[in-house]
Amino acid sequence: MADNVTLTINGRKVTVQAGITVLEAAQQNGIDIPTFCHDPELSKPGACRICVVEIKGWRNLPPSCVTAVTEGMEVETESEAVVEARRTILDLLLANHPQDCMTCQKFGDCRLADYAYRYGLRKTTFIGEQTNVPVDESSAVITRDVNKCILCGKCVRVCAEIVGRNVVDFVSRGFTTIVSPALEMGLGEKEAGCVNCGSCVAVCPVGALTEKNMQGIARPWEVEKVKTTCPYCGCGCNFDLNVKDGKVVGVTSNPTSAVNGRHLCVKGRFGYDFIHSSDRLTLPLIKKGGKDGDFVEVSWDEAIRYVASRLKEIKEENGSEAMGILSSARCTNEENYLMNKLARVALGTNNIDHCARL
Amino acid sequence: MTNSIGEISECDYLFVIGSNTTETHPIISLQMRKAVSRGAKLVVVDPRKTEIAELADVHVPLRPGANIPLLNTMCNVIIAEGLYDKEFVANRTEGFEELKLAVENFTPENYTGIIGVPAETIREIARGYAKAGSAAIFYTMGITQHTSGTNNVLAVANLAMLTGQIGKPSSGVNPLRGQNNVQGACDMGALPNVFPGYQGVAVPENVEKFTKAWGVPQSAKAGLTVGEMMDAAHHGDMKAMYILGENPMLSDPDITHVQQALENLEFLVVQDIFLTETAMLADVVLPGASFAEKDGTFSNTERRVQRVRKAIEPLAGKADWEVISEVLTALGYPHEYGSASEIFDEAARVTPQYAGISYARLEEKGLQWPCPNTEHPGTIYLHDGKFSRGLGKFTGVDFEPPAELPDEEYPFVLNTGRRLYHYHTGTMTRRTKGLNTIYSEESIEINPADACKLGISDGELVKVSSRRGSISVKAQVTDMIQQGMVFTSFHFAEAPVNFLTNSARDSICKIPELKVAAVKVEKVS
Repeated sequence: MADNVTLTINGRKVTVQAGITVLEAAQQNGIDIPTFCHDPELSKPGACRICVVEIKGWRNLPPSCVTAVTEGMEVETESEAVVEARRTILDLLLANHPQDCMTCQKFGDCRLADYAYRYGLRKTTFIGEQTNVPVDESSAVITRDVNKCILCGKCVRVCAEIVGRNVVDFVSRGFTTIVSPALEMGLGEKEAGCVNCGSCVAVCPVGALTEKNMQGIARPWEVEKVKTTCPYCGCGCNFDLNVKDGKVVGVTSNPTSAVNGRHLCVKGRFGYDFIHSSDRLTLPLIKKGGKDGDFVEVSWDEAIRYVASRLKEIKEENGSEAMGILSSARCTNEENYLMNKLARVALGTNNIDHCARL
Repeated sequence: MTNSIGEISECDYLFVIGSNTTETHPIISLQMRKAVSRGAKLVVVDPRKTEIAELADVHVPLRPGANIPLLNTMCNVIIAEGLYDKEFVANRTEGFEELKLAVENFTPENYTGIIGVPAETIREIARGYAKAGSAAIFYTMGITQHTSGTNNVLAVANLAMLTGQIGKPSSGVNPLRGQNNVQGACDMGALPNVFPGYQGVAVPENVEKFTKAWGVPQSAKAGLTVGEMMDAAHHGDMKAMYILGENPMLSDPDITHVQQALENLEFLVVQDIFLTETAMLADVVLPGASFAEKDGTFSNTERRVQRVRKAIEPLAGKADWEVISEVLTALGYPHEYGSASEIFDEAARVTPQYAGISYARLEEKGLQWPCPNTEHPGTIYLHDGKFSRGLGKFTGVDFEPPAELPDEEYPFVLNTGRRLYHYHTGTMTRRTKGLNTIYSEESIEINPADACKLGISDGELVKVSSRRGSISVKAQVTDMIQQGMVFTSFHFAEAPVNFLTNSARDSICKIPELKVAAVKVEKVS
């Protein structure tokens, strides 16, 4: 078929759609090529070079993320030359990267560490000056540690191409290059224009951008991830609730989300503290001593019995039309269905509404 | 939404009216940006210069309440210039002559003053919308929260049908639902005039169907809406209310009236996760469970039914569905469910749009209703080839000004809405450190010219009063808002703007006019 090409990757013949990249061809065939700057949703700068491969007959090692497949191409993804190139890139990255992995929020989920491990790079061979910039804690929700940044530029591109805000970009040249808001403002400064959506956090491959709330709370392997639907607006975004020891300790993107992919707004990503707020109600309350009386904590049994008996009394005395139900756009379909039955089956009235008009 | 969120980025012409999309539906706004970067035209109709308005090719800073003049004049231009979709109008609709007559006098010149933009701008957007390959209308409460709310929506539908911009990919009428499961609450029958699945209570076959399904005789008499319930409680006709996860003491118009109504009840049950302003008035408060503590489903604005999964145990020991089942049982109607999915299956059996949906089918991406059978893949956009009622019906609507207009004593129009960092009555977001740090205090937007006249500077505390009450709030002097208008949110208990808002309602759907109330602004010396 004209739309397909056949090439060889690591000695294996594979047939893929014409026009895709070598990286995509490899990924489709279960062959993992390291990437830093590549992201399927973003433009392709082909900048970081960690995805280089060897292609027979080519003079240099092309980055697979921006090299299109061609008929008969012979690709090696882990040849000696490729591994040497990757080791050198990693060596150079580690030369300007803090070695404080033990306290890094990204520990266990860091691409730089993963690839250093994969290619056996214990430490850098280039000893010299390192970026030393104070950690930016100006944002209420995002911790920005420029020292850990590997300049892959994914945060720059996600903010420009998806979020449409261009809050951060590369600043300065050469060794002093950092990713920063304009005029090197803190991310949390109002004039920086950040809306705290955290899409940059979701794409950061290292510990440069992390969720402030999750610092020091849980390691990735301690966390159970439960995919669910956001409780705020009607967009219906999905994300993973991060749970540790029976507590929600964070929210992270789940790329399989139908509506939003990895993107969320500030409420979805950072708006979960209320779950464990100290003033959550945990026991039913009955007001004793009339309307001006005080609330007294009671058992569930007592509360439900009391509710049922009072509703029954009032229904018998005043009829069904004296009863009203307000259900909730905050609650589930199942709960709304039951509230509809509470009104129509148990109380015998169509007096049921909810906050749709508000 | 008749369309899906995923279709937005492919749309050629986006007509956003009464929606502050970047703040209220941030993820949908990303799709709109994508469309714009593809070259789509974006028109935003909003009295305020919101962020999405700044992004627009054309911003129409409509005078509050002038939706029908704008929509009708657009129809007038489209008919006068022969730009309407004659084939669509002939084959898919009825009542074209009625519409033609209704918009006859709505020439842009006649209404330019009321609308607040030049006649040529109206012509330009009318032509652009009619001629676009695909055009979609997006609206929120800026259209609906008016005494003319129903007519506003009908006017929107007229425009879409006139141009055939509905019932095809990326073309349609898209109300963006404001709350996580407001779509689902409506679908599940938490409305006074319909059983689950929008099956009208006034239709005898439906009464019979649900009488049989539930084993209890059903009433054909439509019930009361929330505002009417408050009125009935105020009069003493409503004796008992059970309120789940709602906080009318901050969210509903004219809070003084709401408070008197709720205090007048013989018995009030509130089920919530916090002791809200409303729960404080209750006789019994039942602890609710947050979304993280229970299984279930939410239906989003594009009709996508998605799973809510229990991540932690309910802090109070019971999920809300368990509590409601127990109350039902205690009332003598045994309802025992082993899981939320059993309730869903029961609901799906009586809700035609959900008939083909089960938890097993929702696992990965959810399903968009209507999904009439277990083989059905769900529906991406509605009204393909045929409207639900058969032919699309044009309804001529006339302009009626808002119920309360500014006058000498109350010279400003108060408009209310939301902020990016908060949600509804703030019960969740105000208890979230990050959000409450970033946006910790509410303010009221006022135009620099008005502020100057009143001697008010940015950040200064002002007293804002309507015929119904007063609040104190800081002024935010900004040209985002037009002269003669002020805007704030209803998120903050410290600045409860609904003490000021007007509870006047649309005569058909009973939505209150939260977008227009007359107020005065005074310097607090």
